[in-house]
Amino acid sequence: MSRAVEAVYADEWGRIVATLIRLTGDWDLAEECAQEAFAQALQVWRRDGVPSRPGAWLTTTARNRALDRLRRRATESAKLREVARMAQIEPPPLGPGDGEPAIPDERLELMFTCCHPALSTDAQVALTLRTLAGLSTAEIARAFLVSEHTMGQRLFRAKNKIKNAGIPFRVPPDHLLPERTAAVLAVLYLLFNEGYSASSGADLVRGQLTGEAIRLARTLVALMPDEPEALGLLALMLLHDARSAARLDGAGDFVPLEEQDRSVWHRAEIDEGVAVLDRALRRLSPGPYQVQAAIAACHATAARAADTDWAQIALLYRQLAAWSANPVVELNRAVAVAMADGPAAGLSIVDELSESGALAGYHLLPATRADLLRRLGRTAEAAAQYRAALDLATTDTERRYLRRRLAEAGTDP
Amino acid sequence: MKYLMLVCVDEPFPADAKLDPEAWVTEMDARGVRLLGNRVRSASDATTVRVRDGQTLITDGPYAETKEQMGGFDIIDCVDLDEAIEVASKHPIARYGMIELRPYWTE
Repeated sequence: MSRAVEAVYADEWGRIVATLIRLTGDWDLAEECAQEAFAQALQVWRRDGVPSRPGAWLTTTARNRALDRLRRRATESAKLREVARMAQIEPPPLGPGDGEPAIPDERLELMFTCCHPALSTDAQVALTLRTLAGLSTAEIARAFLVSEHTMGQRLFRAKNKIKNAGIPFRVPPDHLLPERTAAVLAVLYLLFNEGYSASSGADLVRGQLTGEAIRLARTLVALMPDEPEALGLLALMLLHDARSAARLDGAGDFVPLEEQDRSVWHRAEIDEGVAVLDRALRRLSPGPYQVQAAIAACHATAARAADTDWAQIALLYRQLAAWSANPVVELNRAVAVAMADGPAAGLSIVDELSESGALAGYHLLPATRADLLRRLGRTAEAAAQYRAALDLATTDTERRYLRRRLAEAGTDP
Repeated sequence: MKYLMLVCVDEPFPADAKLDPEAWVTEMDARGVRLLGNRVRSASDATTVRVRDGQTLITDGPYAETKEQMGGFDIIDCVDLDEAIEVASKHPIARYGMIELRPYWTE
């Protein structure tokens, strides 16, 4: 029976919390009553069986709990009006029925509120995981390597700011929608990358974040079916996630794309990612996530590393660079150009980047330069660049990779 | 909801800066959003007052020496923070300095 509750938890938690926030305006009350409803489901469903519409059962139960609590508080009088307002709203019927009324889905309002730009990024991420994904404060704290107390304070302050500063619970009006949607997408992508960059078994909780990010992106796509960038982000996540099993070797070391065992890539996830990307591209409104997904698709659909369409990837990076003057994008373009047109062509882009000073201190700049020099047979220069990269690398995994390359270049580290 | 708008500057304005808030005041007054407001004299004209152990301590200057200084304030009444942000973003000083929005304390 607990499995039946678990099965609906992921889908229903955010929906119930969103509904209760809309009804009561009280974020803590919403979470507490959602929690109680799931606890009650554990008992009642064991006794009476799983209701035909578990989501409606949970929503009604949580709503009634909230109503009870507010009634008890209402002896202080001012809240009475709130209770009266809530009581007027018809709960969805519990029994099976043909004309099933739709349970209101206010998760989109909740997403936009959690990701409001007046909240810090840390707060946006924490609120999204707590209220939409239903992770506990302890789980979120573990995922972000802070104490439970710190994370509790962060959530507390964020909810207070929403209330005190008057951050609205709504889908923004049209003139604000593009930038606010970008903020929601950025939070989901950040979540995904937090999980994706987690490498070892000890980082299991962090690793779960990729799954939560994908699930939230699916929800967003369902709620904003006309937003091509939401589709683009979902496609990007799926295409990256599909390759996760091949990213690290037995020792936990990073395996470069061209050396990955493509047979362990998740075929069904790649197919889905490509299909989602196609859906996005058909809307003829390209954006950075769609282009990044297209790049990921070029990699994921190449049967062998040698089959990769580097010319296409170089073009896509050029498009990406046109939207944001991000030197890291330019560095990636240099790699693609080097693969398509030869290392000398790539090296001239890298040289320009070096001269601009935009990536000073970033270990991938000398590392990329070293790779290109090595392929041009300029071994001594390559070794010097690998050493420069080693000095700048921040993780052991990166350092091991660079030492290996340095050894291959034929000189001692 | 009422917000205190602190209109702040952190460095000298460019010579061609368009700073006149007249049009903004007219628009926001007409919308019924702006309740009151004014420019204030610079930090060098500020006086800070503290009372300790019954003693009134007076010091010359602002309570905090920072690069950013308040040049004026407005009280605005908006439906939510999004409207307050929109109102603040239209203030001419927003393009050269910055505007801090402080919600009123309400129970």
